[in-house]
Amino acid sequence: MTIFTDLGRYLLMLKGMFSKPENMRVYWKEFMHQCAEIGIGSLGIVVIISFFMGAVSAVQTAYQLVSPIIPKASIAQIVRDTVILEFAPTLVCIVLAGVVGSKIASELGNMRVSEQIDALEIMGINTKAYLIMPRIVAALLMIPLLVVLSAGLGIWGGRIAGLGSGILSSYDFDKGLMQNFVPFNVWFALIKSYTFAFIISSIPAYYGYHVKGGALEIGRSSTKAVVISCIMILFSDYILAQLLLNSPAG
Amino acid sequence: MIEFKNIRKSFGEKVVLNDVSAVLQAGKCNLIIGTSGSGKTVLMKCLVGLFEPDQGEIIYDGVNFSEMDEEKRKELRQQIGMLFQGSALFDSLTVEKNIMFPLNMFTKWTYNEKRKRVNEVLERVNLKDANKKFPAEISGGMKKRVGIARAIVLNPKYLFCDEPNSGLDPQTSMVVDKLIQEITVEYKITTVVNTHDMNSVMETGDNIIYMYQGLKEWEGSNQDIIFSKNEKLNSFIFASNFLQDAKDMRMLEAKGKIDNNRNMDELLK
Repeated sequence: MTIFTDLGRYLLMLKGMFSKPENMRVYWKEFMHQCAEIGIGSLGIVVIISFFMGAVSAVQTAYQLVSPIIPKASIAQIVRDTVILEFAPTLVCIVLAGVVGSKIASELGNMRVSEQIDALEIMGINTKAYLIMPRIVAALLMIPLLVVLSAGLGIWGGRIAGLGSGILSSYDFDKGLMQNFVPFNVWFALIKSYTFAFIISSIPAYYGYHVKGGALEIGRSSTKAVVISCIMILFSDYILAQLLLNSPAG
Repeated sequence: MIEFKNIRKSFGEKVVLNDVSAVLQAGKCNLIIGTSGSGKTVLMKCLVGLFEPDQGEIIYDGVNFSEMDEEKRKELRQQIGMLFQGSALFDSLTVEKNIMFPLNMFTKWTYNEKRKRVNEVLERVNLKDANKKFPAEISGGMKKRVGIARAIVLNPKYLFCDEPNSGLDPQTSMVVDKLIQEITVEYKITTVVNTHDMNSVMETGDNIIYMYQGLKEWEGSNQDIIFSKNEKLNSFIFASNFLQDAKDMRMLEAKGKIDNNRNMDELLK
């Protein structure tokens, strides 16, 4: 029963976000603030994990490709496709679910517990529109940008690791990078990143907005928000892969 | 004037408010008092629309709040100011920005006009040099005063205060009480205060509603309370020996029997 109650309340929360803003300028400022918080705030961790995941995938691919008949350029090809198809969108979004998701849930949870949300309601402000909508829209804008950046950095990390450890030359890497490139993979990564961005922002917003209790409950709801977001990311990753990569376009 | 009729609110099986009705008068301090769990905070949250009552009507100056749609409620709420128990200031904003927030949201004033109004209300609550401080940097009493300043910045018609004295020392409590009383008269607003504080009850209670286990047990003024025969009310208000003595003294004063040169114990015999 709880799952249906939660689902119903989640959908009602999303529906409640759509109303005419009381003052567009204040909403815009809040949106820009959230863009900075989500985008700039997560930049450091995204840069670090992207570089190393590309580097590690280059080294591990080389380790597994022991046959002399497989050209070295294939390593770059595998790194490129793995990073674009899976690592950049999924791995980065799982990390962002922890970074951004827990922040959204605990911020809103603290506002709920300290009656700041009630104070906004009393002023006549639609708190779902003012507090949740800018966070979701900012995530939808910033997370795909972070994923694109992550894909670029991951491939670059693979190149640096490949050259640095003498696995392959820069000529081989660049050759492999351009071999059998499927532009649809980039679109697939973007579709995934938009889906995950919505999950990362809306699920923690739901758990934070509906917190009841005190500091302990804020911590619990934050943890729950991250766990549910991660499960939903993996589940939707599988669904999207089934739908889009098994279709004729894929 | 705010009128509420037959308000009932339950959470699951537990009935928190049972058929509560009263009239809260304009330009006066209306106090809702009662023990913890008597339903006074739930009643206040029903009045401002944070909780939806199961039954009953809430009428603001002849307009039925219970029948309003969300848009109409939003309009009415711009005439409501509320001071929360924990002040509910926005942590990430300075005192000035906290007070300016409703002005940013609901007016098209220039920055200078808004700043002028913020300084006016800050001066009104005797806080002149706190503009640039964050809520974490000011004391509990100052937070309450900033909360009051934010609540009155849009010149509301109705002011709700949920336990304005909680966590404050007696002296600061009196300052906050006096401020609420002065603002009520000055702005001619309908003020509703939830309180446990007996000093507030005796000093500011123009109209007092005593709640007991979800029911309205008694209603009257701070003058009537002294002579009340209601046992539940008396045991709540005059719970300590000190307050009981004070009550006896006030009763004797009122009966004209007190003489400062005579022994109090002798009089009470």
